[in-house]
Amino acid sequence: MTVRIVLPAHLRTLTGVKGKVFLEVEEPITQRSVLDALEATYPMLRGTIRDRATLERRPFIRFFVCGEDWSHTSPDTPLPEAVVTGAEPFMIVGAMAGG
Amino acid sequence: MSNVRVLVGTRKGAFILTSDEKREQWDVSGPHFGGWEIYHLKGSAVDSNRIYVSQSSGWFGQLLQRSDDGGQSWEPVNNDFAYEGNPGTHQWYDGTQHPWEFNRVWHLEPSPTDPEVVYAGVEDAALFRSGDGGQSWQELPGLRSVKGNLWQPGAGGMCLHTIILDPNNPNRIVVAISAAGAFRTDDGGETWLPINRGLKSNFELPDPDADVGHCVHNIAMHPSQPDVLFMQKHWDVMRTDNAGEEWHEVSGNLPTDFGFPIAVHAHEPETIYVVPIKSDSEHYPPEGKLRVYRSRTGGNEWEALTNGLPQSNCYVNVLRDAMAVDTLDSCGIYFGTTDGHVYASFDSGDTWAPIVSNLPRVMSVEVQVLP
Repeated sequence: MTVRIVLPAHLRTLTGVKGKVFLEVEEPITQRSVLDALEATYPMLRGTIRDRATLERRPFIRFFVCGEDWSHTSPDTPLPEAVVTGAEPFMIVGAMAGG
Repeated sequence: MSNVRVLVGTRKGAFILTSDEKREQWDVSGPHFGGWEIYHLKGSAVDSNRIYVSQSSGWFGQLLQRSDDGGQSWEPVNNDFAYEGNPGTHQWYDGTQHPWEFNRVWHLEPSPTDPEVVYAGVEDAALFRSGDGGQSWQELPGLRSVKGNLWQPGAGGMCLHTIILDPNNPNRIVVAISAAGAFRTDDGGETWLPINRGLKSNFELPDPDADVGHCVHNIAMHPSQPDVLFMQKHWDVMRTDNAGEEWHEVSGNLPTDFGFPIAVHAHEPETIYVVPIKSDSEHYPPEGKLRVYRSRTGGNEWEALTNGLPQSNCYVNVLRDAMAVDTLDSCGIYFGTTDGHVYASFDSGDTWAPIVSNLPRVMSVEVQVLP
């Protein structure tokens, strides 16, 4: 399936991506499978979204899906159909921080 | 004619300043990596176009970048700093033991002989080495075995911030760690010794003469006499003449011996520079006067250098990696401030002027003289 991913601006600069990322991801489509595919395609992202060793989300990273915050949802929970079909993006967001 | 390149790491990106050897006109490029904290960037002495950059952010963690064209383009290299084995624990602020956790790279030290070899000093304190230009990193874990369980973070974190590579002996490395002390290896990093004899940390350590635990801020060496090291400790400016076997204080007539950076003149091994700061809780110069102090006698006798520096209402700091010297015949001295100025002197410190102003908080300054 082709999943649309929105990266924060600094990670678009790092990867050289302009606009959204379109990635082929094998089902089941979950946070983990999407991030695994993303890091396999763009190895320079390893460690920037998830901890390299534990694969846990970095504290100031958020995942938004269909208008909801999925940051605290299990990484193995299947993502909504709208993300699987590419109708809605999987959004990786830098958390509000900095005062 | 040579050119000079000044590499400035700031809280919000890197800046590269270039000039010809007259050092009168400076071109400023940047910010590179805008928005990221650049703790340090440094060029290789054997390939001046190769520059390594430590790039970090509270959002996205630690990245390492490398340029092979003098900073015109950059390539991410490996950011996997995995401690060897189970790193165990170190002391925490409350006296409990805390797991060793990688936070960031404070300092990058390229080999003076091989552009592919570079060392990284990290927080929580450890030393890593790359032999392939940053594509992979291996820890030198013997360092942590020197009572690492007794080390504890200072206010800035438990960071390995100083790496001195002996130009004559590739097996000798000296490192310094905040609130742990100075350490030396003579076998390429396999085994390490604490080299803190003579340091006194009254009111900072329960045993002021402890063999580890001293808050070393920076160490400098002149390549012509690698056994002579100069140290800016939390308080006290220190000197050793035997590679750290014994230190003695050379604070002399400084108005305060607290500070962060220390540097040695490129052509006068006994001429050293510090920037006295009022105290550990008041991170600004005494009397609101920004003064570099120079000793031409290897310490003890110091003179204030003020010409061209703000002498009223100046309350900035100069961080530990934010002072450097160039190797031109008339040695240039450079330092960056927390209010975003980089000052330079091209007459050994007699007169100063800013070469760039209004940058973000300056974290590091390094200089390259280009062929």
